[in-house]
Amino acid sequence: MMGRGLLGIENLAREDIELILETAEHMKEVGTRDVKKVPTLRGRTLINLFFEPSTRTRTSFEIAGKRLSADVVNFSPASSSLSKAESILDTAKTLDAMDPDAVVIRHKVAGVPKRIADQLGAPVINAGDGAHEHPTQALLDMLTVLEQKEHVDGLTVTIIGDIAHSRVARSNIHGFRKMGAEVRVAGPPTMIPAEVEALGVKAYGSLREALEGADVVMALRIQQERLADATFPSVREYAATFGLDRAKLRFAKDDAIVMHPGPVNRGVELAADLADHRPSVILDQVRNGVALRMAVLYLLAGRRRTVAEDREK
Amino acid sequence: MSNTPPIQGTRPGEAGNAGSRRPQPDSVVLDDDAVRRALLRIAHEIVERNSDLGSLYLVGVPNGGVPLARRVAANLRQLAAQEVLVGVLDTTLYRDDLITRGERPRLRRTEMPSSVDDRCVILVDDVASTGRTIRAAMDALMDFGRPRSVQVAALVDRGHRELPIRIDYVGKNIPTQREDLVRLREGESGALEVLLLRCGEGAPA
Repeated sequence: MMGRGLLGIENLAREDIELILETAEHMKEVGTRDVKKVPTLRGRTLINLFFEPSTRTRTSFEIAGKRLSADVVNFSPASSSLSKAESILDTAKTLDAMDPDAVVIRHKVAGVPKRIADQLGAPVINAGDGAHEHPTQALLDMLTVLEQKEHVDGLTVTIIGDIAHSRVARSNIHGFRKMGAEVRVAGPPTMIPAEVEALGVKAYGSLREALEGADVVMALRIQQERLADATFPSVREYAATFGLDRAKLRFAKDDAIVMHPGPVNRGVELAADLADHRPSVILDQVRNGVALRMAVLYLLAGRRRTVAEDREK
Repeated sequence: MSNTPPIQGTRPGEAGNAGSRRPQPDSVVLDDDAVRRALLRIAHEIVERNSDLGSLYLVGVPNGGVPLARRVAANLRQLAAQEVLVGVLDTTLYRDDLITRGERPRLRRTEMPSSVDDRCVILVDDVASTGRTIRAAMDALMDFGRPRSVQVAALVDRGHRELPIRIDYVGKNIPTQREDLVRLREGESGALEVLLLRCGEGAPA
């Protein structure tokens, strides 16, 4: 649950999600001011620990922390001893000794944020771990849907792409299901995990059927490293079958919105003109990302308990 | 009495912990009529003490200060035929006790329809006590510009000041114990009343 950090959507209750989204709604207002800064986390330290390269998510967390007046420190492998084969647990203990108030972690291996969280007195926020979860992305997606549709309950959300390797898809499936939406996934059979329907979603091999009646259409980024993979069809074939363009979007509801976690491979998963114009809300997602991360930091950061104190509890 | 919950949430010092003492039943210390008269008197005082009514900007502190600011604005409209700007300013992100509290308080809305530059701002709160909320509100206000002046109006002043802050317009002074609770409640019909819940030493047996 929320107390010890934000590791995934799977272990959140609907009330937790609602509290985060409600808080984020108020944080949006701070971003509209001339002075986009409040003193809430003054004297608190936020460490951004990114083992995997990321500009967008790291910057979003950095701006969120700074708008709340936290001191934000960025750690990335190239510029730290992490590249000297220091073990992850050593890194965690070193970090803990620096007494941060929150640590944001991205790692290519699923479960690493959890391992580090177990060693840390500070709350850990998962910024993406392998193909496991990317909770703040799902929360900002829900915030954006809420902004566009005013509710999530009862909506139909279609997620298209490499579901098997996507932490964004996993977190969104958990999130939208908990908030009462119907979730569908679509993609080539090699990209749909066999067990996905156990998560309460319906898997489609046909994009047209998956889009029928959809309120929200989410295209996932096709990762470059997947393109070489044997399980992946050719880019042209993927674009023709599952790439979203205005013609295919007509199968969805008239007022359907298009989302993408970014950065977009234009002409692959999303047609260029659709990526840049309504009904795409991609830049709204980015904007909401800052407010959402401010909300998460506000709710979590600043607990000065050490692991030892924690154990006594 | 209606069953609607008090609109005033817990803020530092102004609605402290009820403690272990058995709380006494709420007593109404200001009914809707008394609230109306107090707000009318505050509006008269505002007119007396401000020569440039056009530059006034009433800023309500949620939750209780918001309906009060609207009522004072309506009174000013009647008294002086003057439209006055009304804003809503949540002070939660400026509180000085966020670190020491385990649970983070829920945020409330902020809606400032215009900059406060060169305005005569009157902060409106329901219950003034320690002065910490007013301190937070002044800090928040400065992030919206540079007001010409800032004054404070409160429906109830219950004392126990912890900061050098003066309330310029007081609806009613109500002596209380620190542990007592004072709350503004808005009924379904919009009727306002102030409740006092005695929890301190002076609580009747």
